[in-house]
Amino acid sequence: MAKTIQQINEKIKKGEVVVVNAEEIIDIVDKKGVKKASQEIDVVTTGTFSPMCSSGAYINIGTSKPKLKLGGGKATINNVSVYTGFAAADIYIGAAALPDEGPRNKFYPGDFTYGGGHVIEDLVSGKDLKLKAIAYGTDCYPRKELDTLINIKDLNEAVLFNLRNASQNYNVAVNLSNRIIYTYMGELKANLGNANYCTAGQLSPLLNDPLYKTIGIGTKIFLGGGEGYITWHGTQHNPSSKRKNNDIPKDTAATISVIGNLKNMSAKWLRGTSMKGYGATLTVGIGIPIPILNEEICRYTAIKDKEIYTTIRDYSQDYPNAVEKSLGEINYEQLKSGKITIKNKEVPTGSLSSYKKAKEISNILKDRIKNGDFLLTQPIASLPGPNSGYKLKPLKEREVK
Amino acid sequence: MGKRTLVLKFPKKLVNQPITYKLVKNYNLKLNILQAKVTPEEEGSMVIGIEGPDKKIKEGIKYLKETGVKIQPLIQDVELDKDKCTHCTYCVTLCPTQAFIVDRKTMEVSLDKDKCIACGICVDVCPYNAIKLKLG
Repeated sequence: MAKTIQQINEKIKKGEVVVVNAEEIIDIVDKKGVKKASQEIDVVTTGTFSPMCSSGAYINIGTSKPKLKLGGGKATINNVSVYTGFAAADIYIGAAALPDEGPRNKFYPGDFTYGGGHVIEDLVSGKDLKLKAIAYGTDCYPRKELDTLINIKDLNEAVLFNLRNASQNYNVAVNLSNRIIYTYMGELKANLGNANYCTAGQLSPLLNDPLYKTIGIGTKIFLGGGEGYITWHGTQHNPSSKRKNNDIPKDTAATISVIGNLKNMSAKWLRGTSMKGYGATLTVGIGIPIPILNEEICRYTAIKDKEIYTTIRDYSQDYPNAVEKSLGEINYEQLKSGKITIKNKEVPTGSLSSYKKAKEISNILKDRIKNGDFLLTQPIASLPGPNSGYKLKPLKEREVK
Repeated sequence: MGKRTLVLKFPKKLVNQPITYKLVKNYNLKLNILQAKVTPEEEGSMVIGIEGPDKKIKEGIKYLKETGVKIQPLIQDVELDKDKCTHCTYCVTLCPTQAFIVDRKTMEVSLDKDKCIACGICVDVCPYNAIKLKLG
């Protein structure tokens, strides 16, 4: 019999809920069958812990005395440029932001030891940060300079608000050229020297609900160690991506935009990240609970690594030139084995996404639900699905006259 | 028979000389070049494994020192910071000696110190600054 989210929440409140993670459900469905499993299990928890560059946090620093208007001015936190195009006291810290004076890739490959992601990690861990600002001054906001320490505990608001997270699937990156390259998919050795991938496969949130039947706008999630919500589909959401018969997309597809109170999060699950030769970013921990409302949803959560395929792409020529060429498809069981075969060559694999941490997140979320600390929410609107006509578009460049 | 792993630093004036060749030819040592690079300042660095009778190894090292090659006070240890490591496995394919071991069931990463030559490649690329080189 089908369940409702309300019924599951009643079970959570009574301490009777049955929760397993997206790895454990595989064996349960194998042994008991999907019908019995869907009756017995109420919630399946998922997780992912990966670099997610379109992340950031907004803060409100409070008004200074005399008052200063950040809007239209310039500001840095720990020398990293932050965005001030708002009112007087709001700042947005982008994960990929860098110090203005930093060397970037001047001495190639650059190290990118400190950027916006690191600022967010330091902020959430309670460290004092150096805020410097220059303003143009108005009658109501006369002050023109600010040079102060700030701390998360004193801020009015500190909110993680990420534009694009938890990609549903992601391609595998390789290098067909004869020189080493440094990409957002990591260091890629020449002549198919290695292959890097970046999802948690069978544990990854959107791969466990491939058609977004339960995950939608308003879904409460584990975010950065605290709690958050899905606010919208993420940028570059691409539900019309090609799928296998099991509805799993073979390449990047859905993404989500998420929000949550940074003050309740932890530096353990928001890590400043340096990609050599590429830039700085933030590694974000996300876990999404999937209510087992019926057999179909249960079957989706029992997806195995070997049933999830992704596309191999060349990052030396094809990717930079936006050439959509596949070098083959490969599943996550093969990727996780440590080696795959491409063009008859055995290629070692590495991941940028941590499966171990993804599982830890799914278990933390499981415990929160079991302990009655986390109730599920009913989405208030769906994410655009495969038939929505929603599609990823390239930039159409037009002549400026 | 002995086995050593050495980190050699070549000053600019030696970069064009066939030093490793002489090590093989004159001292009959078995060489395995684990890493080699020339910096933009034209200084060279090389990590080599050498194998041969202890006496020959000693003589070979003496020859290197006499030529002006600096033998680095051997890097003792590479340490994986358990709190910082996320076990993403990114470093695993970049290690020239396959010193990172991945438990393929849990996807947990550990470092096999016997295989590690402390070349520092992983220290340089780890996105989380979780690997530290401890100089001896």
